Amino acid sequence: MPNMSLKKNEMPSQAPDVRNKNFLEVALGYTEEQAVDEANRCLHCKNAPCVGGCPVAIDIPAFIDKVKERDFEGAYQVIARQSSLPAVCGRVCPQETQCEGKCVRGIKGEPVAIGRLERFVADWHNSHSAEAPQRPAPNGHKVAVIGSGPSGLTCAGDLVKKGYDVTVFEALHLAGGVLVYGIPEFRLPKAIVQKEIDGLKALGCKVETNMVIGKVLSIDELFEQGFESVFIGSGAGLPRFMRIPGENLKGVYSANEFLTRVNLMKAYKEGADTPIEHAKKVAVVGGGNVAMDAARCAKRLGAEEVYIVYRRSEVELPARREEVEHAKEEGIIFKLLCNPVRILPDENKLVGGIECVEMELGEPDESGRRRPVVKEGSEFVLDVDCVIMAIGTSPNPLIKSTTAGLETQKWGGIIADEETGLTSREGVYAGGDAVTGAATVILAMGAGKKAATAIDEYIQRKNS
Amino acid sequence: MYKIVKKEVLNPTVTRMEIDAPLVAKKAQPGQFIILRVDAEGERIPLTVADYDREKGTVTIIFQIVGATTEKLNHLEEGECLQDFVGPLGTPSHTDGLHKVAVIGGGVGCAIAYPIAKKLHQQGAEVHSVVGFRNTDLVILQEEFEAVSDKLVIMTDDGSSGRKGLVTDALKELIESGEQYDEVIAIGPLVMMKFVAALTKDYGIKTVVSMNPIMIDGTGMCGGCRLTVGGETKFACVDGPDFDGHLVDFDEAIERSSMYRDFEKQAREETCNLFAKEVQ
Repeated sequence: MPNMSLKKNEMPSQAPDVRNKNFLEVALGYTEEQAVDEANRCLHCKNAPCVGGCPVAIDIPAFIDKVKERDFEGAYQVIARQSSLPAVCGRVCPQETQCEGKCVRGIKGEPVAIGRLERFVADWHNSHSAEAPQRPAPNGHKVAVIGSGPSGLTCAGDLVKKGYDVTVFEALHLAGGVLVYGIPEFRLPKAIVQKEIDGLKALGCKVETNMVIGKVLSIDELFEQGFESVFIGSGAGLPRFMRIPGENLKGVYSANEFLTRVNLMKAYKEGADTPIEHAKKVAVVGGGNVAMDAARCAKRLGAEEVYIVYRRSEVELPARREEVEHAKEEGIIFKLLCNPVRILPDENKLVGGIECVEMELGEPDESGRRRPVVKEGSEFVLDVDCVIMAIGTSPNPLIKSTTAGLETQKWGGIIADEETGLTSREGVYAGGDAVTGAATVILAMGAGKKAATAIDEYIQRKNS
Repeated sequence: MYKIVKKEVLNPTVTRMEIDAPLVAKKAQPGQFIILRVDAEGERIPLTVADYDREKGTVTIIFQIVGATTEKLNHLEEGECLQDFVGPLGTPSHTDGLHKVAVIGGGVGCAIAYPIAKKLHQQGAEVHSVVGFRNTDLVILQEEFEAVSDKLVIMTDDGSSGRKGLVTDALKELIESGEQYDEVIAIGPLVMMKFVAALTKDYGIKTVVSMNPIMIDGTGMCGGCRLTVGGETKFACVDGPDFDGHLVDFDEAIERSSMYRDFEKQAREETCNLFAKEVQ
């Protein structure tokens, strides 16, 4: 008899007023009992619309059935057929618009908590299974993957499982891309990312850090070294600024810089070598997940007041609903329909405040969203000592500028076939934010997966 | 891990190290830099490529002990390893088509000026080097500069080596005496570069400076190193570190470089105390 409760099993979490002072994970995960109980809410639909909502098409009813039977390792093996990073995806995917958005139980009541179950299964495997995975038989072909973020790791994982000799090249000193430098510890513990990467290494995938492709080696040199195909998953790491007066004052950060210092360099820890400003009053400009992450980090670094300054209204906030709710619970103050016009210095050339104007929403623009229009004479100053710009990023031009014949969009995105990831260069594939501009972890993974299939077909065809 | 093949003390505060990093050595050009981490907990710091040996696969760095990380770095000995060493980063210095150049180096900035002077010399350009130090104990790379310079002027603040005064005094004299330079290349403390640029602007001589802002990744992903050049925001790690000295907003750059001064001072003291305890 299925569990017909209309609500998901609650996720045990740290209380808002406790967690906003530490960097430990907010959500604590299901117990075995909670997981089995939640799994029993799944009706095992024959047409399984949830699977169609998952960009990597995990066999969701099959893994949930294993959870019902308490065969947690079996459940993990079902997920592992499709996903290389389940502990990550279970945590950071926007399930409400993906798998859970299609769940039949969601029509009346809440959908099955697929993300929480995936997370439970992956964590159970990571803490119970010490067995080294069996290495696939090598097929003798070499593939290079540029970038160790979600798209690169997924592509590498799929190819390694097919027997390819895969090397992942990472520019920073740690692999993981946005999973290590962007998403904070309290949403995605770095030990979990490391464990997933160690899993790939155990399968035979090589990871070389400190390798800035375009500087240390070019794509052409990778081909000379015997790689038969290259996947570019270099992301969209180039921060945008607003080009308003005062943006170069001390105390103005890009969200990338702020989050890199906090997450990758662990500047939040007492005694860390990398410094960070522990500001008292912080304005974060932008309304996406990155803005929420930066605001919640600033709060945890001890800021008394943290503002989200966003030029549209609450319904247009691009961040996940859950992240917005978490931010509010933790005391983040939302200044909606507000746009900064300049940053004011104090007597020491530090940030002394941010001057904003109020906005109202006019007619929809090309993107279909209502265009914000300045309210005349509505200028006001927010009293802050730190400003974090989280208004978006674009692809880094380094690989484009060092690879002849690689075509890109005007804004820097690599032009690649939507189904295969093939670029304008033979044997060179691309996916993730490097192609689409800043998007989500799971879309990047889906692109990495499609490219892995296409690379496999390309190499097989070439060698047949 | 990247092995320290050779370590040499150049003066009480400046050390030279040759690091085993074949891939970096293969591509490095004068004007480019590397980012290193001393150990697994360390911060990322940028240092300019002072020299390289493509055959041996080594890259030379020269650093001044100014804070906690350079203090830790200086405590490593030959045979020990650095955790991370990534590069070459940044755009190489532009040296093509230059026939007569004044290369100005200040303090440890001479370590960056030297490979550029060397490259210009190898290209057959006439190189006049003006190098400045606080006093005679701090003079570095004198022989190296002699070998690649058609004219070398050493300046010290107190006159204990070469001549007494600032590099700008010597440069002004050279220009006034009728030397016609295609370009002046100045590398050293921000204040020194600011005054060199101000001087050459009066004479209308193109001047290139090598900027040294705070950096984290060094690959263009954070903008921590941003500067205003000709009214536009540039990232020193990818657009530079070389820029037209007449267009750089030096006052802003000087302000931005002081961002973490208190933190740095405290970190340095803690590190020094730590090493002092180890000695006891």
